[in-house]
Amino acid sequence: MTTQKTSQSRLARAWDSDLAYSFRKTPVAVVSAVIVLVLILGAVLAPWIAPLNPFDPASLNLMNGFTPPSTPNAFTGETFVMGTDDQGRDVFSTILFGMRISLFVGFSAVFLAIILGVTLGLLAGYLGGWVETIIMRVADIQLTFPSIMVAMLIFGIAKGVTPPEYRDQMAIWVLILAIGLSDWVQFARVVRGATLVEKNKEYVQAARLIGRSPVAIMLRHILPNVLNPVLVIATISLALAIIAEATLSFLGVGAPPTKPSLGTLIRIGQEYMFSGEWWILLFPAVTLLALALSINLLGDWLRDALNPRLR
Amino acid sequence: MLAYILRRVFQSLIVLLAVGLVAFAMFNFVGDPVDNMLGQERTQADIERLRQQLGLDQPFLVQYWKFLEQAAQGNFGLSYRQGRPVADILAERLPATLELALVSGILALIGGVVLGIFTAIRRSGVAANVIMTVSLVGVSLPTFLIGVVLIYVFSVELGWLPSFGRGEVVDLGWWSTGFLTVSGLKALILPAIMLGLYQMTLIMRLVRTEMLEVLRMDYIRFARARGIREKSINFKHALKNTLVPVITITGLQLGSIIAFAIITETVFQWPGVGLLFINAVQFVDIPVMAAYLMMISVMFVAINLIVDMLYFAIDPRLRLDRKGGGH
Repeated sequence: MTTQKTSQSRLARAWDSDLAYSFRKTPVAVVSAVIVLVLILGAVLAPWIAPLNPFDPASLNLMNGFTPPSTPNAFTGETFVMGTDDQGRDVFSTILFGMRISLFVGFSAVFLAIILGVTLGLLAGYLGGWVETIIMRVADIQLTFPSIMVAMLIFGIAKGVTPPEYRDQMAIWVLILAIGLSDWVQFARVVRGATLVEKNKEYVQAARLIGRSPVAIMLRHILPNVLNPVLVIATISLALAIIAEATLSFLGVGAPPTKPSLGTLIRIGQEYMFSGEWWILLFPAVTLLALALSINLLGDWLRDALNPRLR
Repeated sequence: MLAYILRRVFQSLIVLLAVGLVAFAMFNFVGDPVDNMLGQERTQADIERLRQQLGLDQPFLVQYWKFLEQAAQGNFGLSYRQGRPVADILAERLPATLELALVSGILALIGGVVLGIFTAIRRSGVAANVIMTVSLVGVSLPTFLIGVVLIYVFSVELGWLPSFGRGEVVDLGWWSTGFLTVSGLKALILPAIMLGLYQMTLIMRLVRTEMLEVLRMDYIRFARARGIREKSINFKHALKNTLVPVITITGLQLGSIIAFAIITETVFQWPGVGLLFINAVQFVDIPVMAAYLMMISVMFVAINLIVDMLYFAIDPRLRLDRKGGGH
């Protein structure tokens, strides 16, 4: 590895790589990436670009409640691009802030799953023996159950352990824990499989011969070589984690109404579907769809482009 | 064969023991059961007495064994929220979930097989391509949104079908059924579609792949050469050989239908065990959560076991492999 290269030539090299070439030649990937990027930017910059802070009671006016999209309110004359909900909160702003929570939970949960799965997968693959038996047995048992059910169960247990007065504050972290713990198995399985192949290769034997410690061999030598499939699974996991978060929040076992994620917003919007205020439901739902679908398509492309032995 | 079955049964027991350990830990570590059962005015003596009564002063393994004994008899204590025996509540809710799961399972199987055959035979047709694309998008949609869309179209806009509940049910003693009334059948349609749609796309894609593979085989080519009609080839010769994997996958999916029923039941306020579980999670009703977990795992393990044996019985190649492999 040459580390002396300037960032300029690194960029140029990245532009010329096979991955970048395949990216430019796949319109679906480009469009998906743009959508994901715009949504992430919107979520990150929400405090600055949102017209109103939906969680600041001072900025709300109950008279603005149920204003249809892009039409002036009958009482105040104010207009909102995507209308307002029952409390006069601007739907566009709540979506931006809701996306922040959805994306934060999604990224954190996948991060947790990767740390846990990769560590256990490396240990199982490299050490073998009873360590491997225990880890893979637990993985098998967990895999018997759909991950969304495991997440619900972990959410319930973690909620039971939290004292009642902290439950709303902790809900986001409990969600991350629940989704992360329900999703580590795939990473562990793939990393274990790849580690089993790598550990018999000459470079690992050489490292062992010169007396490097097992931890160093696992982290410095094997890990970089098993990361490709991890990256692909991580992308698809991210879409699944965002959907899982939305599902849990929609079912009322996720983000609380005081800190609504996209799922909570859809849950709230569903109540007004019967009375004709369609915009409270439609816009959060479309945002969630766009987010999940684009990340999914991006993951599909990445899998084909990197072409690891996944399928 | 016998050794294989015994080994699988043994593995299933281990899974159940592990899940039992989780359920047992929930009872003992999530909230203090003594705390939950005694009121505000309690003395230290009350606490000690109840601890002895519940056997909480005994060693861990003894307690675990007692818990398993009780669980095997279907005794999970009282629901914290409703104050009634959990077993009774589950028994009363189970028919609703099983009827829903059954109908959506059948829907998924029939729809999946028919669409799978169609997309395989008309591989390059416009309709087949549209179906494939729609199914690809459908798989990445969150299922609860599909339910919301169904409610919006058929309940809110068209007003044809109810958006919640089970309609009128007929009580058959130990079983309450919605199959016998018009309102019960109408209430079943939307939830069954929502629950079955995802499994249907899975089965459809599987049938299509298997069918395309089989259609390339020599015996199909010879059948064509013999001048057998195309219809007869497709349905008599090809379809038969695609059904083995389809049966096993469908069997395995039965478990996830029951699990995903949690989402469907919540969207449609369907009074089954899934809705019960979600409410238990919301209110941290540990006995109900633990009992549901045990019930579902017994179902899952039983389904997996049966499917494995079916596979073994249907596909002779597996038996040969085992003998040749010398395990």
